[in-house]
Amino acid sequence: MGSSSSSLSHIPDGQQLMGETGFSAAHLLRLHERFELLDKDSRGHLRPEDFEEIRELTENPVGGRIIGAFFPPEKETLDFPSFVRILAHFRPTGKNRSRDRTQPEPANSRTGKLKFAFKLYDQDRDGKISRDELLQVLRAMLGLQVTEEQLQSIAERAIQEADLNSDGAISFDEFKKSLEKVDIEHKMSIRFLK
Amino acid sequence: MGLRRHADLWLLGSAMLLCCVSPLKAEVKNSEHESHSNSNITGIPIVTFKWEHVETPYLVALWVLVSFLCKLVIEANHHVTNIIPESALLICAGFILGGIIWGADLQQTFKLTPTVFFFYLLPPIILDSGYHMPNKLFFTNLGAILVYAVIGTCWNAASLGLSLWGCHKGGAMGELDIGLLQYLLFGSLIAAVDPVAVLAVFEQVHVNEVLFILVFGESLLNDGVTVVLFNVFDAFVTLGGAQIDAVEIIKGIISFFVVAFGGSLLGFVFGLLMCFLTRCTKNIQIIEPGFIFVVGYLSYLTAEMLSLSAILSCVFCGVCCQKYINANMNENSVKTVKYAMKVFANGSETMIFVFLGISAIDKTIWVWNTGFILLTLLFIFIYRFIGVFIQTWILNRFRLVPLEFIDQLIMGFGGLRGAVAYGLAVMMDENKIKEKNLMVSTTLIVVFFTVIVQGIIMKPLVKWLKVKKATESELTLIEKVQNRVFDHMLVAIEDISGQIGHNYMRDKWKNFEEKWMMWLLMKPSARKKQDHVFNVFHQLNLKDAVEYVSEGESRGSLEFIRNDSAIIDFKKKLGEDIFDTMPDVTADTSFDHGIVLRDPVPSVSLEMHEQTMNGLREMEDLNSHHLLQEHLYKGRKQHRHKFSRNHLTINTDEDEVQEIFQRTMRRRLESFKSAKMGMGPPKIISKHTKKEQQKLFSDSGSFFPDFEFSEADSASGYDPSYSYRSGGGIENPAFMADLDPVVPVQIPPWLAEAELYSGAVSPSQRAQARPPLSAGDLRRLAPLRISTRSTDSFMMADIPAAEQRRDSFDLPPPPPPPPSKDGRHQ
Repeated sequence: MGSSSSSLSHIPDGQQLMGETGFSAAHLLRLHERFELLDKDSRGHLRPEDFEEIRELTENPVGGRIIGAFFPPEKETLDFPSFVRILAHFRPTGKNRSRDRTQPEPANSRTGKLKFAFKLYDQDRDGKISRDELLQVLRAMLGLQVTEEQLQSIAERAIQEADLNSDGAISFDEFKKSLEKVDIEHKMSIRFLK
Repeated sequence: MGLRRHADLWLLGSAMLLCCVSPLKAEVKNSEHESHSNSNITGIPIVTFKWEHVETPYLVALWVLVSFLCKLVIEANHHVTNIIPESALLICAGFILGGIIWGADLQQTFKLTPTVFFFYLLPPIILDSGYHMPNKLFFTNLGAILVYAVIGTCWNAASLGLSLWGCHKGGAMGELDIGLLQYLLFGSLIAAVDPVAVLAVFEQVHVNEVLFILVFGESLLNDGVTVVLFNVFDAFVTLGGAQIDAVEIIKGIISFFVVAFGGSLLGFVFGLLMCFLTRCTKNIQIIEPGFIFVVGYLSYLTAEMLSLSAILSCVFCGVCCQKYINANMNENSVKTVKYAMKVFANGSETMIFVFLGISAIDKTIWVWNTGFILLTLLFIFIYRFIGVFIQTWILNRFRLVPLEFIDQLIMGFGGLRGAVAYGLAVMMDENKIKEKNLMVSTTLIVVFFTVIVQGIIMKPLVKWLKVKKATESELTLIEKVQNRVFDHMLVAIEDISGQIGHNYMRDKWKNFEEKWMMWLLMKPSARKKQDHVFNVFHQLNLKDAVEYVSEGESRGSLEFIRNDSAIIDFKKKLGEDIFDTMPDVTADTSFDHGIVLRDPVPSVSLEMHEQTMNGLREMEDLNSHHLLQEHLYKGRKQHRHKFSRNHLTINTDEDEVQEIFQRTMRRRLESFKSAKMGMGPPKIISKHTKKEQQKLFSDSGSFFPDFEFSEADSASGYDPSYSYRSGGGIENPAFMADLDPVVPVQIPPWLAEAELYSGAVSPSQRAQARPPLSAGDLRRLAPLRISTRSTDSFMMADIPAAEQRRDSFDLPPPPPPPPSKDGRHQ
């Protein structure tokens, strides 16, 4: 522990990050290494181009959106704490430790994960997934063999199934409800290597 | 009820027949002898009773019939089977039959012999399990399954043997001539969880799939351990305690590895053989299914011959070959294999339980020792739970999703023993093991207890504990999409955070598999069988054709065919906007019936506009789900070894990757451009309702200029494959089957406006890979659009497509790109 905590000091606000995200010191160190690896010009922050260097992401249909999720609309740079905070969404959901209600919902709770997923759809951040936004995701996810009309009908159908108050868009609650049977904790978690 | 009564009579009758048969056998033998001794026949016999001639097969067939009749009787009333599992009832039926035969014969002429059991009754069940094994689930949980199978079984065996021995020494069992080694032998044979029993009981309970696969997988894989333990201890018993030293023990351990891995390897080899065979059986499709059964059985027997684990061999044979077989064989063969396997497996299971019951009614084998039996039961129960809890505790530290306590309880409770234990017990040599009968009796009691008592308790227990059940409900579209989004998300995050997670291995395996295995083991046509759209079309058309004819017939005559005007009227009723006079009449009318796809009884009448509109919606539904299923990008983690349909996407993985890559690059270029030129992101098509959309398409002449154009066009240099096809449905690559599959392309909405000029022809995939780099090239493609019209009539995968088709005829030739675009391109 001694060595890791001393290297932890390299990471600004390391302790605070640990508490906030729930990552262990070893995890944080590893993520920091990764951050520095991605930050090729050693600027201390990441930019979208650095992510685009990752080859596999170009082959991922939602790659662009994930990158977008790291960079909120105004910001063009990503510092390490933000990097870690986003990744914290993918930590496995632990047992329910008693936490006081005043603390914000941890990122890796079911709701936190769902919020992240929701944001992937809701690009304009208006709190609703409109038909277009859904269409865009569907377009990205479906092969080119699907015609535009089929796409529209799928999107239409999907909204019908999920939209409870019939406003033509899916709010976060409706999104949550439609996914209540899905094992989010499993499907949206990866084991971070130490 | 009448049927049931009759069934009872049948059963009773056949039971009577059976018990008459054996005394008859004796009589006939005598009379045969007599008749042989009269070597001079007095006259030509008109009819003779030649029992011996047919004895063996007759008995076998009769017993099969009787077992099936038992099942018939039992299943006649669901009230009973809801409470008591069918397997328990079958055992009871066996008791009754055994009783009848005992009464008639005063000896048990029919028993479950190890030979019959291990060679004839067990293999179909195992083959069936292997073939229908959910591979992805299985391999995901393989680590846990192995832990339970190997460590769990060893623990069960050791703890049971030692405890019993301890109790013996403590005097709880009175005078018994059993040494430590024999206790361990007994422990090893009774320790193993039995796949037959587990299947029988869990099948009606529907617990969640992870739980099921853990218990079931354990029951299959522990055979490796059981075989080894049994043989090792058997050998030890033979050698006697004195000769056991370290060498022997080490040999025992080595034999475990050899047996287990050897068995699995053998299974793989046979599986590969099977795949290879099916690759070449194009000309003998009618007996393709036969290969599966024969080779599967051979894998079992070969392993048995080499004293490897036969069950492991059979399981892995099935596991390994599933995917390729389903791709290679034609549909009917696949169905045949599935059904036939189920028939055999079910039949075997039925017979096993019935015979277990019958074998119990045998005075000669029963030795009662209260201490032994009760202690065995107790220890089995306790040690199972202890083992499960400890192992799960250890496993949960490594599992992503820990196993809950309730699941562990069910797992512990689900440690059912069955016929395998009985078979092994009977196989013991009574010269070496004096108390064989005691062990056999105990085994029987344990088996009956677990199957009957635990089987009865299982269902209410599961309900009471509120175990998470298998979700059988149809997923909504959102769920399906989201599931896939999650998968892609995880892959992306893993890449970002630099993980070489689980999926690294899968990745490597997949690459290997695609490069070599597919090439080797799958028919070229299966590999090329890419066209899911064609499948959809094909299936729909099949159904349509059937319904069309039946509809026609139900109307008294095939008036439809003869009367053209009737057809057109019918179409008119179905909605003006949707259909129009089509060149291909039959195809069109068949499509009409596609609307009532969901409706088993074609209730379409010329008046029922409403119904067909509903049908339309259902059709959309069907299509939406179907399309989603078919076309969602798979992503790296997907390995669904299920049906040939999924092959299609796996084989197009490269193309998938290409597509995604191109899109991504394009998007980047846009954003780059927008950043450079300070323009906003490309506009997207605004919301349209379906009606509007139709309207839009119908006057597509004015359509194009309505869209705003953006710098997105320039990105199109990368990918000519995006071309707007307002003219209709999906290209049917089957028509160009021997050319490169033409990927019918569609514009992504955000780029819709960019592509309108470029015409509908999708260039071949090769062209996709080498995109022409100028807009000029794209424009050149435009005139080709006209040629697609000829193929349009064959595209009828869905209504909008049909509607589009109509539009394509109405459309003027594509307008030249508006000048503003030109400006941007230059």
